[in-house]
Amino acid sequence: MRVFLPKDAAALALGAEAVLRALREAAARRGVALEVVRTGSRGAVWLEPLVELETPAGRIGYGPVRAGDAAGLLEAWLDEDGAHPLRIGPPESHPWFAGQTRLTFGRCGVVDPESVEDYAAHGGFAGLLRALSIGGEAIVDAVKLSGLRGRGGAGFPTGIKWNTVRLAEADRKYVVCNADEGDSGTFADRMLMEGDPFLLIEGMAIAGVAVGATKGYVYVRSEYPQAVRAMRTAILAARWAGWLGEDVAGSGQAFDLEVRVGAGAYICGEETALLNSLEGKRGVVRAKPPLPAVEGLFGRPTVVNNVLSLAAVPWILAHGAEAYAGFGSGRSLGTLAVQIAGNVRRGGLVEIPFGLPLRDVVEGWGGGTATGRPFRAVQVGGPLGAYFPEALLDTPLDYEAFARAGGLLGHGGVTVFDDRVDLSRQARFAFEFCAAESCGKCTPCRIGAVRGAEVIDRITTGVDVARNLAVLDDLLELMTDASLCAMGGLTPIPVGSALKHFPEDFDAARGLSRAAE
Amino acid sequence: MQGPSATLSHPAVAAPPWDEALAAGIIRELAGLEGALLPILHALQERFGWVPREAVPLVAEALNLSRAEVHGVVTFYHDFRASPPGRHVLKLCRAEACQAMGAEALAEGFMRRHGLAWHGTTGDGGLTLEPVFCLGLCACAPAALLDGEPLARLDDALLDGLVEGARA
Repeated sequence: MRVFLPKDAAALALGAEAVLRALREAAARRGVALEVVRTGSRGAVWLEPLVELETPAGRIGYGPVRAGDAAGLLEAWLDEDGAHPLRIGPPESHPWFAGQTRLTFGRCGVVDPESVEDYAAHGGFAGLLRALSIGGEAIVDAVKLSGLRGRGGAGFPTGIKWNTVRLAEADRKYVVCNADEGDSGTFADRMLMEGDPFLLIEGMAIAGVAVGATKGYVYVRSEYPQAVRAMRTAILAARWAGWLGEDVAGSGQAFDLEVRVGAGAYICGEETALLNSLEGKRGVVRAKPPLPAVEGLFGRPTVVNNVLSLAAVPWILAHGAEAYAGFGSGRSLGTLAVQIAGNVRRGGLVEIPFGLPLRDVVEGWGGGTATGRPFRAVQVGGPLGAYFPEALLDTPLDYEAFARAGGLLGHGGVTVFDDRVDLSRQARFAFEFCAAESCGKCTPCRIGAVRGAEVIDRITTGVDVARNLAVLDDLLELMTDASLCAMGGLTPIPVGSALKHFPEDFDAARGLSRAAE
Repeated sequence: MQGPSATLSHPAVAAPPWDEALAAGIIRELAGLEGALLPILHALQERFGWVPREAVPLVAEALNLSRAEVHGVVTFYHDFRASPPGRHVLKLCRAEACQAMGAEALAEGFMRRHGLAWHGTTGDGGLTLEPVFCLGLCACAPAALLDGEPLARLDDALLDGLVEGARA
């Protein structure tokens, strides 16, 4: 009997190891030989741990499984029909998965993330082999044609960045993967690194071949110890199998990878701060220009891309740029990994074409709040993203539509709040977070965030409200215009959107009556 | 919702005392890396539980940096501790997705019941509480890491159990 059990951090947090022990004990008692393959997660965190049984008709899913379910499950599996209350059928046909377009996450939760062979057997390395056969210029053209834009938040066209590095003259060049996924409500990078690390390795190798870089770094945040281990294990395996090293897949080209671990600084998700951190310095933001593509890591031309940007590339090379550009809408092409988080009934990751309305995610996939209380707000795009009310749920998920609505897509995190949320507290938190995480280099961010929290306190306690609201407006404008990077420059987005859409929460009288309750 | 019970699976090991030869060995092994400072600081903290003050001049010398530069890096990053932690470390998430599931009240109650502050350690030296901003466990909030192992859908009883379990 062969079963699949995720070891994704979310599955572990929800008791996957206890389920494993219970399954083994139950199998031993029944004298059943049980083979357990550890996979990543398919993304349905609400179904984790999601155990899958291999049958002649394909895999059948059961979830969410608790240790106490193990004995009963084993009996069901020994029966002909495998009926059990937790049975969800073939995961791919389940409505939560069937409505998705899984280009990047197609293998995640399916394959063994430690096995190069399994990756190759599921179509892995086809993109890299094609890249090696067509060469740098053609790779860059394909990436440009695909319309791929940086998935870290800024949405800069990936192909243009690569071309700058490709054309730069230097004794060495680097590819750096920004896996410092610090935005609350996002976990796509973590899931991918834990569930399909070879895809990221392949994407980085393609980038290396495209621009002529020989060394790559994956900068993973320390809050993701499981992802760090998964990436290190996969890099060793890929090197051993000849996909990394002095002679990538027999091409004569060299490219190797190393994992570096962050140290708890949110600002290191900003690309220039990340480069300083990799160099062993304080994670302080650099002024641009020079762009990292011209003068990046150790002063050399450097591709800095998010995990999901790099992980999209193998599919583009393997299936064609036009096929990728066939998904999405307007100037937002391809797919978006949306992470449904916070107070939501069916949280997890769904990969969908750009352009679907936010409502589909919050109400459709998400199924409303976890607490069952009325929905009140959703923050899209992490701590620097806007808080939207119900009225904006029909905003399409694409870069431009979100910008027009006063928000941003960021890294695709969607955090749902019920009616107990106090948006003045969330706005204050945005300032506090900015104050704590500011690198300190520019004044609008370093000082503005501290002053911002103070001004909100005055407003919510009823001190000189009209004047303080004017001060706050002024401060938000200053931070937006004069900050060196997105940390200070975008903190006004959560604050301003909370003020605009939920002004009643900033009303001191209401705050007092709330406190008295 | 039924959550898993959390157990302290890692052996409780007190942070070892300062050992110059040990630290020098760690530093020597990693000093040749490109951008070696963070890997060295991580390795020192992994061994000692914190970055001992005594290590700063050794690191500075090995990397040809000033002591001020090394000190500046150690203090910039939230991860590096300036004092030894308890036998177990609980990193409790305070970010938005966990807030949406009541993380603030959870943390406040936990700290009140156990006389803890952020970065503080229980009286018996068992458990150090540290804040963290996002663990990527946002669809099963509130979340935490206990000695690096992920925990989800936390509640009062589960957290209190950790303090019990951390007693020597």
